[in-house]
This record gives sequence, structure tokens and C-alpha cells, in this order.
Amino acid sequence: MTRKLNPTLLIVLLAFPILWFAPAGLKSYGLYVVALWLVMSIAAMGLNLTLGYAGLTSLAQGAFLGIGAYATAILTVKAGWSLPASFLVSTGLSFAVGIVLGFPALRVKHHYLAFVTLAFSVVVFLVARNEEWLTGGVFGLANIPRPVLFGIDLGGGLAFYRFVLCVTLVLTLVMWWLLHSPWGRAFLAIRENALRAASLGIDIRAYTLLAFAIGSAFGGAAGSLYAPLVEFIDPAPFALSASFVLLLTVVAGGAGSFFGPFVGAFFSYMLPELLRATGGWYLIIYAAVVLVLVMVSPTGLLGLIDRWRDHRSQRRAATIRAAARPTLGARQGPQQGSAS
Amino acid sequence: MTRVLEVNGIRKHFGGVKAVDGVSFHVDEGEILGLIGPNGCGKSTLFNCILGQLSPDDGEVRLDGKAITGLYPSQLNRLGVSRTFQLLQVFPNLSVRENLILAGQEHKGTMLKRLFGPRDAGLTPDADRMIAFFKLEHLAEQKAGGLSYGQQKLLDAAMAFMAGPRLVLLDEPAGGVNLTMLANLKERLQAINRELGATFVVIEHNMEFVMSLCSRVVVMAEGKVLAQGSPAAVRADPAVVEAYLGH
Repeated sequence: MTRKLNPTLLIVLLAFPILWFAPAGLKSYGLYVVALWLVMSIAAMGLNLTLGYAGLTSLAQGAFLGIGAYATAILTVKAGWSLPASFLVSTGLSFAVGIVLGFPALRVKHHYLAFVTLAFSVVVFLVARNEEWLTGGVFGLANIPRPVLFGIDLGGGLAFYRFVLCVTLVLTLVMWWLLHSPWGRAFLAIRENALRAASLGIDIRAYTLLAFAIGSAFGGAAGSLYAPLVEFIDPAPFALSASFVLLLTVVAGGAGSFFGPFVGAFFSYMLPELLRATGGWYLIIYAAVVLVLVMVSPTGLLGLIDRWRDHRSQRRAATIRAAARPTLGARQGPQQGSAS
Repeated sequence: MTRVLEVNGIRKHFGGVKAVDGVSFHVDEGEILGLIGPNGCGKSTLFNCILGQLSPDDGEVRLDGKAITGLYPSQLNRLGVSRTFQLLQVFPNLSVRENLILAGQEHKGTMLKRLFGPRDAGLTPDADRMIAFFKLEHLAEQKAGGLSYGQQKLLDAAMAFMAGPRLVLLDEPAGGVNLTMLANLKERLQAINRELGATFVVIEHNMEFVMSLCSRVVVMAEGKVLAQGSPAAVRADPAVVEAYLGH
């Protein structure tokens, strides 16, 4: 087989330099919004694995974002750890908690799984709000440091944005690797036909737990970047609504499509900021856009492109068929005669 | 001769219905065994008990002498028990080749090795050999969902053989397949049996297909084994004739 660069990978590698240079002119608030888009894309990528590829409905991604953010905040502020170490621990912790929460996913599906994960989200929120000795309660944790890495001070808006971009690139490549490995094929098989998958030797339990845990680890990783991005965390951004918005992000972008989370996160986290200029109307406009999108394309924004492509290829096929019809008609006679 | 599969006294009741009521039979190495019987005689329930979809109330299943009763379907598959389903079960959004790779990948190395190993788990040559064997070369890159019914049926069968199984259970392979494709399917199954020494159990309604394919036939009626033996002997058995034609 010849080594051809995969189109998905090509888009990732082309987007990187554009995203590296494009926001250079933005002021600190603009940089914050773009960095937030990337951070939430990471969390949505994780949920896209659990929901879009493995077919598990989770309402806990906001909670994993919170677990990652709090773990990083506590480790860097209270214990004085470095960000890279805290990042690894936060991601690992989310992975471990994800495995534990994955066990119910083996027993219940769809709405029921959504309820189990919803309960978990509420518990995480309550712990963050009530365990003041650890999390600072409603006052939160302030002065989360932005580190100096390899001699580069990440304190500034642009430098930190670029740091987030690099981490996003690495995690995107990790996700790409995962989805194009035999694991990705197994996840897809379980979503499409679990019975058949099991009959082909695919261990449903192991893969379901892994999908959940890896998706959660991405949520934790996003949280770990979120904490130093906003430099202050309290329980509010990790409430149940955060999980709902992340679910919306994945669905709006196109569940099960590789770039869906990025498109969806643009929709959920950047569009509201762009609409802010409309004053008090922005939430209403945003809600209307969501409604129309869900009605027009339940498969998300990228699903819209797929449908357009299908439509075009169908029309092309129809044209070819129409052109071929007279010839077929002429041949029909002798063909029928020769068939025995 | 080595006994690949032994089924001893399998019993499965649903409430008062004795779906399978003490069935015993065996399959020898390299044999094609037919399992036939009128609708509702318990063939599919028996199949599901053997394959771990259902757990039997009583009795045991042995593969090469080792008890395999109550194992998960995925575990059974990794031990070498492969199957096809009554209804088509290919993955429509994967290409023909990808379907075959999927069917073989869980037999290759550990999970971690598969994650960091080659994308195709090193199975492209095996998949292409299987594609050639079932004469699907021109369709290798096509999505399975775009194939004709008969071609999907061939792919379905090819998937069952991908991992070099010890035993293959085929659930109504001839259902809904046209005559040309049926002859093709039968010829391929016989070839795989001859060339790889593969052992099959076939559930089928199409009597002609069973009688010409199988070396031995087990007839079930009302949850029990009614008769077994060579196709000719079974066909001549008055009890079998009565079960099929009614009282």
C-alpha cells in the first residue's frame, strides 16, 4: 500500500499554522474566547468519542471538565505543582473516575445512562460547592498560575493561547490515532450492531469502559487547561448546564464526525460572543439558531455537508442512469434471448 | 475422529414452553452437519444456547472436550467459535475489506498491541485472500451497505471464516438468496470445508441445500432430536416425514 496523507490529518496540519498566526491581532478578551473555543473543543472531542463513536449518552462531560479544572487548581495553587504534572494527574484522575462511572454504562443505555451520568454531575457540583476546605466552596480558587515552560512565559494572552493550541493539536492527533486504530473500528462496530460485534470476538465490556474513560480523560484534560486560562474557578461553570451545552455542542457539530466537536464548540462558545453585539437579543437569536439547526439537520452542521454531498452524487448517478437507459433498452432483447 | 463440538442434554424452557428439551449431538472435525426441523422446533434457541446468547437451564456444551457452557459470545469467538446470523449482519458503513479486518482483529495480539500496532492489525493480506476466495475482488473498497443482498451474504460468510475458526455455525445461510448466488455460496462453503478442513453446523429450511451440502443431518421436532444420520437415511425416516407433513 502507498503512504498517502489522510485528508483529515491534512486539514489538521493546515489548520494549525492558520490558528497559530490568525489571532495575533486580537485583544486579550478575543484571545480568551478563541482559547476557550479550543479548550471546549477538547472536551467535546472526548464526548464525541463516548457519544458519537461508541453511542453512549453521557451528561457528565461538564463534571469531568470540573474534575480536571479543580484537580489542576488544587495541585498548582495549594500544592505548588507544575502545570504539566498537574495536567497529567488531572487527565489520569478523570480517566480513572470515567472507568468507575463506565460500569453503569454496561448495564443501562440511552436515557437511563443519561440519568445516571446526570446524577454524577450533580454530585460533582455539590462536592465543589460544599467541600470548602478542598475547593474553596462558592468563593472558588483564585490566582491559578500560568507557568513558564521551556523558558517561555505563558502569562500573556497570546502565549497561553498558543500553548493551548499546541496541546489541542497533540490531543487531536491522539484522538485521530485512536479512531483509526482497530479500537476505533471496534467502537464503531459496538455502536452499529453490538450483537454482531460480540460474535466477532469484540469484548463489549472492555471497549465500552475504555470509550467512557478516554472520553472522560479528554474532559479532564480540557478542565486542566480551563483553570489556568480563566485563572479563577468556582463551581458555577461546571454545573449541570455545562454538561448539557457540551452535549449540544457534539450534536450540533455532528456526532460521530471527526471535526464535529470543533464546529460545535464554535457554535456553542464563540457564536454567543459574536452575537453579544446585538445586546439583550443574543440568547434569543442563539436559541432560534439551535432550534432551526436541530430541525433542519439532526445530524449536525457537518451532517448538512454530508447530505449535500450525498444529494449531489445521487443526482450524478441519476444523470448517468438516464443517459444509459436507451442503450440498455436496445440490449434487452438479445440479452433475454441468450439467458437460459 | 476428533469431536469438535459436543452438546449434552441441553434444556431451555420459557415458562411452560419446552423450547429445547434435552438435546444431545456432536460434530466431528471437518464435518458439515445440518440441523433442520419445522418452524418453532427449537433450532434457533438451541443455537443461541450453544453460542452464549442464552444460558441453558441444564446440560453442557464442549468445544474440543473443554466445557464452554455459559461463556460470553465474544469469549466463544476468541476460542474459535464463529457464526453468521439469520438476518444479514454486515457493517454497512465499512468497506468490504474493513468488515473482514474487523472480523479478524480481535484475534490478533492484545488490546494494547492493537492500539499501537498497524491500523489494519496486519490483516490486509488475510482480508484480501478471503475477498479473492469469495470472488469479491472488484468490491473490496466498496461500502458493504452498497452491495447486493447475495454479495452481502457472501461477505457475511467470509467474515465468519476470517479468524480461522475451529467451528462455524451458519444460521439459514440460504435464506432470501437467489438460485445462482445460492449455488455460488454452496460451492464456496464446500471449497472452504475441503481446503481448510473447516467444520460447520448449518441451520436451514431449504431442504435441497441441506441435503446436498451436509454429510450428516440432525432433525429436531418439538424441542427434541427426532432423527439423525445421513441425508438419505433421514429423508426416508417415517417420523421425519410425519413431523414435516403433519398428522
